[in-house]
Amino acid sequence: MPAYPAPDLVRLYRALRLIRRSEEEIARIYPTDKIKSPVHLSIGQEAVSVGVCDALRADDFVSPTYRCHAAYLAKGGDLKAMFAELYGKASGCARGRGGSMHMIGLDHNIIGASAVVGTTVPVALGYALALKREGKGRVVALFLGDGATEEGVFYESLNFASLHRLPALFVCENNFYAIHAPLAKRWATARLCERVATFGIPAHMIPQSDVLEIRSKAAECLEAIRAGAGPAFLECHTYRWREHVGPGEDYDFGYRNRDELRPWQDKDAVSTLGASLDPGERARVDAAVEAEIAAAIEAAEQAEWPDTRELHNYVYAD
Amino acid sequence: MSMPTDGGRLLRYVDALREGIAQEMERDPRVFLFGLDVDDHKGIQGSTLGLLDQFGPERVFGTPMSEDAMTGVAIGAAMAGLRPIHVHIRMDFLLLCMNQLINIAAKAHSMYGGAVRVPLVVRSMIGKSWGQGAQHSQALYSMFMHVPGLKVVAPSNANDAKGCMIAAIRDDNPVIFVEHRLLYPTQAVVPESSYTVEFGRARVCARGKDITLVGVSNMVVECLRARELLLDAGIEAEVIDPISLAPLDSTTVLESALRTRRLLVADNTWTNCGASAEILARVAESGGVEAGVRMARIGFAATTCPPSPPLENEFYPNPAKIASAAYALVRGNNDDWAPDPERAALSYQLQFRGPF
Ligand SMILES: Cc1ncc(C[n+]2csc(CCOP(=O)(O)OP(=O)(O)O)c2C)c(N)n1
Ligand SMILES: [Mg+2]
Repeated sequence: MPAYPAPDLVRLYRALRLIRRSEEEIARIYPTDKIKSPVHLSIGQEAVSVGVCDALRADDFVSPTYRCHAAYLAKGGDLKAMFAELYGKASGCARGRGGSMHMIGLDHNIIGASAVVGTTVPVALGYALALKREGKGRVVALFLGDGATEEGVFYESLNFASLHRLPALFVCENNFYAIHAPLAKRWATARLCERVATFGIPAHMIPQSDVLEIRSKAAECLEAIRAGAGPAFLECHTYRWREHVGPGEDYDFGYRNRDELRPWQDKDAVSTLGASLDPGERARVDAAVEAEIAAAIEAAEQAEWPDTRELHNYVYAD
Repeated sequence: MSMPTDGGRLLRYVDALREGIAQEMERDPRVFLFGLDVDDHKGIQGSTLGLLDQFGPERVFGTPMSEDAMTGVAIGAAMAGLRPIHVHIRMDFLLLCMNQLINIAAKAHSMYGGAVRVPLVVRSMIGKSWGQGAQHSQALYSMFMHVPGLKVVAPSNANDAKGCMIAAIRDDNPVIFVEHRLLYPTQAVVPESSYTVEFGRARVCARGKDITLVGVSNMVVECLRARELLLDAGIEAEVIDPISLAPLDSTTVLESALRTRRLLVADNTWTNCGASAEILARVAESGGVEAGVRMARIGFAATTCPPSPPLENEFYPNPAKIASAAYALVRGNNDDWAPDPERAALSYQLQFRGPF
């Protein structure tokens, strides 16, 4: 793994911190009902989005899942447009017509997210097909959960991506649960990377959720993909700290407990990377992140509602 | 229809569903229940809670996220003599099951000349509001009404929920069972013993002489509230619940409409090619036109469901909108009567508060 110079570490930390704090703010605001949209928070999982997206070029694409805030922000998505979307305001990234599960940011090549698990996997490959034709070495990084690998469309997509050597980096965020169902109740074997490899796709497992390791591995895969090697697959182990949907925690319902959480908190990317920085530098980043989030929330509060006369807009493209 | 043997007690819709399922599982060892999340601590909003403990993991189990394959498995198990109940937390996810349901489940009995049967119940939830947005808000039952071989039921109260569930489990055909989430906490008198509610027989829920309101699922509740608002304007509405959409009892609706001369159908979905279109078409074809019955329907706005609150308010029908539409049918469109805003606000159901 290459040693990362200090400016890179600061940039990575800033992205991690922005996502963590934005989502903590969402959780804080949520009980007021100002955000009327089912939120799936990535708190605890930020390292995957940040590590992968930091290795992407600005002109590459990312395809997030419905748990989309992290990948959206990591790829440079507009924070104000995200908060406005959560509030259902006209200045939202989908004009208040998407909500939390449908962030989109084409100005930063962020493909729209879908609430139906697995549906965006082949859609992202459609983008990859177009990028292959374009021939400029651009890549799509497509995110999916461990649950999504159980859908038939996942295997159909792997086969097609490999068959056509599509420039796609599959990123599976394996957080060990689909809602409350653990892997053991859903997978006949845990050998996901082996399954994927049989399609002729190089597959790598990253068990510790180390943001630098994720970044390095992603960069290595991207280089090969850009050179025409076809798709690659990363299985990143990670852990969701909050409940599946909503702002709270859920360690007291019997399906998991805090002992499982603790090791993940110990190696939390936000705090470990933060602790490795110069304290003054870290404080400056933290302050800038807080100011940016406060401004985005304030802007969302003040923003206009969509005009109800536009209810029927966008059903068909003109 | 098998009649209950006791008077019953107040029970919530969600508990009536569970009781019906439990009684059938007790009675018939071939019945089993499966689907995503049926065995977790939330138990599909409580409708499957306790069933795992009572019947064990062979008859109550969660599945991988593989709706297409699981539907095929359910169909095969049904052909092989079991009686599966496949549960989906949202009707939107049935779109992943369409091929199996429509190409196999609906057709197997007839394309194999009666050699096999598919006694399958597919439960799925529909809902309203709270920013669920484009892909978590759809009530797609008319797609299933379109296909011969499938039955579709959408009970609106706890009593029918239990009776329809038992009837669906005993039915030798695939039954799409539609449950509106806002109905889950509503209570009705439900007998403790086992009984069935016959499919294809509508119920007149309230009598009236001026207009016939037909509501599907939760729209029955909204029609009953609209009826109260209309009483302020001196209009007495008759309210009909079709209970099952396939088979559909349009005779009861026709008889009522011939009396009241006005018919308004309120649906929890788009009107295009929907249950509302089918109900009006049948009434029109079988005498409604000759009798001069004035007809209209109300449902979702013909657009994708937006989560933004002001857009969402415009998107959904509600008791005040139903009352206004009914008033226009009765008194003519020129009149701009609107229900008293305070009473209209009170007529809203307590809304489901997110996230799930
Ligand atoms: C096709 C489909 N089936 C069911 C659901 C309900 N559902 C929403 S999220 C989820 C679990 C997804 O798990 P995973 O892919 O591991 O992603 P995670 O939530 O852990 O990020 C389920 C079952 C859905 N949205 N889409
Ligand atoms: Mg998961």
